Amino acid sequence: MTSQKPSRLSYLTSGIIKENPVLILMIGLCPTLATTTSARDALGMSAAASFVLIFSNVVVSLVRKFVQPSIRIPIFIIIISTFVTIIDYVLQAYQPSLYRVLGVFVPLIVVNCIILGRAEAFAYSHGVFDSFLDGLGNALGFTLALVILGSLREFFAVGTVFGKTLTPNWYRSAPMLFMIFPPGAFFLIGILKALAVKLKLGK
Amino acid sequence: MNLSKIFIGAFLVNNILLMRFIGLCSFFGVSTSLDTSVGMSAAVVFVTMLAAWVCWVLWHALLLPLGLEFLRTAVFILVIAGLVQFVEMFLKKYVRGLYSAMGIYLPLITTNCAILAITFLNVDYGFNLLQATIYALGVGGGYSLAIILFAAIRERLEDSPVSPSFRGYPIAFVGASLISLAFLGFANLFGISI
Repeated sequence: MTSQKPSRLSYLTSGIIKENPVLILMIGLCPTLATTTSARDALGMSAAASFVLIFSNVVVSLVRKFVQPSIRIPIFIIIISTFVTIIDYVLQAYQPSLYRVLGVFVPLIVVNCIILGRAEAFAYSHGVFDSFLDGLGNALGFTLALVILGSLREFFAVGTVFGKTLTPNWYRSAPMLFMIFPPGAFFLIGILKALAVKLKLGK
Repeated sequence: MNLSKIFIGAFLVNNILLMRFIGLCSFFGVSTSLDTSVGMSAAVVFVTMLAAWVCWVLWHALLLPLGLEFLRTAVFILVIAGLVQFVEMFLKKYVRGLYSAMGIYLPLITTNCAILAITFLNVDYGFNLLQATIYALGVGGGYSLAIILFAAIRERLEDSPVSPSFRGYPIAFVGASLISLAFLGFANLFGISI
């Protein structure tokens, strides 16, 4: 068991920084840019996507022995859409204000490239526990990227992070409002990606 | 809502790529040259219309009367996946010209969230079949406009001196930010809010 330990740990950690789905691999961009108008919404979106990612990874790994390779993609899609439907209804019932903000992006988790990508590239060929770790790692990486972007956009556009005031009054009277609009999202993710390249995070 | 407002809203004001951030994977993935962008746009417009019709009919004729609203996500994505396969086989056999123009882009469309989003939004907005058609046409047109504009810019970017950290994706994002800023100017055009 001891010889397996480093590889197990790396399943968990690789998704967070080295193969961060958003900042390094540049997949799952739609929710990353659309739902990060504030740190709180970004966290809500990451929680919903993380739930689907972890559970779909585990279930795909559980049933992988019974699934013929030729029909695996439709099976993955059915598994993923089951969890998406669950989270869709849970959010509608318990977090209606968050659900209204996220809108169409909750059902759209079903075509999130990260989730289908991990099912195909990892869970279909690995054990249940390893797939859980891989799902958790990628979910953390996704959450990290979204919360950074959401916090920055909220900070520049409103002067707060998670609703906490962090800037002096003179800034909040004339903030960089464009950061909350789509151009600000494109601009900031470009800067973050350039930073990731500069710091060689993917190496 | 009248039809021209639905069209302008989908085409310019709430442009699906630049304002709503739906379909971004293909926006950055295939916009590296003008030719691929045109092929992808044609495929998206074509499949969007078909998917909008099929899913609208399924929703109103099957899921709603039977009280199966919770199956929406699963049914729509499977319908689109099946539809794309069918269209690909049909074009390959009977319409060779169209197939050679957009055939290789069709498989990519299954996971293009723009298509799925339109079918959901048609339901959420409560559109009738004519409104849904116009909306799908507007979204497809807006997708084509944005991706073709962006491809032209990226072709120029290839030959521009860019700092090493910004080469590739980062500078493309900054470029997209500037086009998006221009599209922000369409906000409240004819009273259509973003």
